Amino acid sequence: MENIIEIKNVNFRYQNADEEDTGVNVLERINLNIKKGEFVAVLGHNGSGKSTLAKLCNAILLPSSGVVLSYGMDTSNEQNLFDIRKKIGMVFQNPDNQLVATVVEEDVAFGLENIGVPGEEMRKRVDDALKAVDMYEYREHAPHKLSGGQKQRVAIAGIIAMKPECIVLDEPTAMLDPRGRTEVMNTIRMLNRDFGITIVLITHYMEEAAEADRIVVIDDGTVMLDGKPESVFSKVSLLKSVGLDVPQVTELMFRLKEQGLPAHTHIITEEAAFDLLYKLLK
Amino acid sequence: MLKDITIGQFFPGDSILHRMDARFKIIITALFIAMLFSADTIIGLIPGIVFMAVCYALSKIPFRLMLKSLKPIIPIILFTSVLNLFFLDGVVLFRIGFVKITYYGIEFTVIMILRIAALIAGSSLLTYTSSPISLTDAVESLLSPLKKLRFPVHELSMMMSIALRFIPTLIEETDKIMSAQKARGADMESGGLLHRAKALVPILIPLFVSAFSRAMELALAMECRCYQGGEGRTRLKELHSKGADYLGLTIAMLFLDATVLVDLLL
Repeated sequence: MENIIEIKNVNFRYQNADEEDTGVNVLERINLNIKKGEFVAVLGHNGSGKSTLAKLCNAILLPSSGVVLSYGMDTSNEQNLFDIRKKIGMVFQNPDNQLVATVVEEDVAFGLENIGVPGEEMRKRVDDALKAVDMYEYREHAPHKLSGGQKQRVAIAGIIAMKPECIVLDEPTAMLDPRGRTEVMNTIRMLNRDFGITIVLITHYMEEAAEADRIVVIDDGTVMLDGKPESVFSKVSLLKSVGLDVPQVTELMFRLKEQGLPAHTHIITEEAAFDLLYKLLK
Repeated sequence: MLKDITIGQFFPGDSILHRMDARFKIIITALFIAMLFSADTIIGLIPGIVFMAVCYALSKIPFRLMLKSLKPIIPIILFTSVLNLFFLDGVVLFRIGFVKITYYGIEFTVIMILRIAALIAGSSLLTYTSSPISLTDAVESLLSPLKKLRFPVHELSMMMSIALRFIPTLIEETDKIMSAQKARGADMESGGLLHRAKALVPILIPLFVSAFSRAMELALAMECRCYQGGEGRTRLKELHSKGADYLGLTIAMLFLDATVLVDLLL
């Protein structure tokens, strides 16, 4: 399948307030390709550079060296900015700070207004987007009266109304309660499955990452692991050595295996764990 | 306590006034203010007050809301009426010591009170019946001729609507910070004026810091959603003027004429 985001040999370092080089690479020699239709989770603990990586994808940040190609367009070329951002939407952590308007539907329309979609088509796209995230009945509410999960879904609706081909979500559930987290994760999975939108999910929740097709583990600015969730989480000791956890089920399997039982750490879902335990106990 | 602040409160509804083009509502409000200020006599104020009463009746906004809008200005009304009552010269009605009350003083005070009360109650009707978004859109549309003078009209209306959006968020945040400081032993309810003002510093500083970081994040999110200023933007809800809007405007103008006429004749 075609690569929609190609990150080639990228180094990134921040500049301090005086525009001087800080001299520390936040990202180092990153090579990463995101394929069309994939659901990729990017894992890493705080300060690992995972958010920086996300911001490189739609040209919010530009690489210090190396190239980022989004849909074949170089992100460092200012003329591509508009086109890249139309194709790659971004959802941030704090839902409060990304809602612009005082009414839900006006907020969903904000991006469409920016790209000059005519009124009638806009109405339809706003309604469709709100229905897709199951927030249609709240279209005339004020955003500050919604719960965290609902606000985040409105933010997502604002992005999907623009019909992007890829959405990058930077820890969208970090500030939500468990219920809001489930709502948002269900929405994200639905977007990937039903709408065929490529998803890049930055997270530090292992259970969320386990739902992806592919996991990229970032540690200290480099790609440490890259593969299917089963194979990534099976490297329990390696993940623990960099301060990351594995899903609880995998942890259980890991401990059982340590005790010499025929369990294996490829298991990341509760169903699979149940089947195995059932067999062992029978 | 902070939740009671209701700046630019909007009461959704489906009355004639609610459906009116917000641009016309702003112009009519300006005409209404002109009515109040061109009147120099109590009788001259009557057309303006009748006009306001008709508007309230059309808007189906409950009467008690109008009274509520007047509550915050009671101290101002009291203060100015006391000043006017005692310090205006004219035919002396009676005198106690050095305090004197004149006919002119009484008349002027009554005009003052009516004028301020009608001003507040009438212009509140504008925000009661128009959503914040339609108001900022209307301001943008009304000021658009200034664009030729390079006045940042779109930016101004964008700022207004973002400010409106964040009022409740920041009020919530202030409440949280206040609780947090109280939990650390901050005392905000006792002491003199100066002491209380000083007690506000540990609330304002975190509030400002967080407002700035919110602003940064919001700007980033807006950029990601292809915001590039006012050029080439379309609207979900375009403003459309209808026959009823022109009719309303004409009626308001007639009332203004009536005010001027009454004043000339008396």
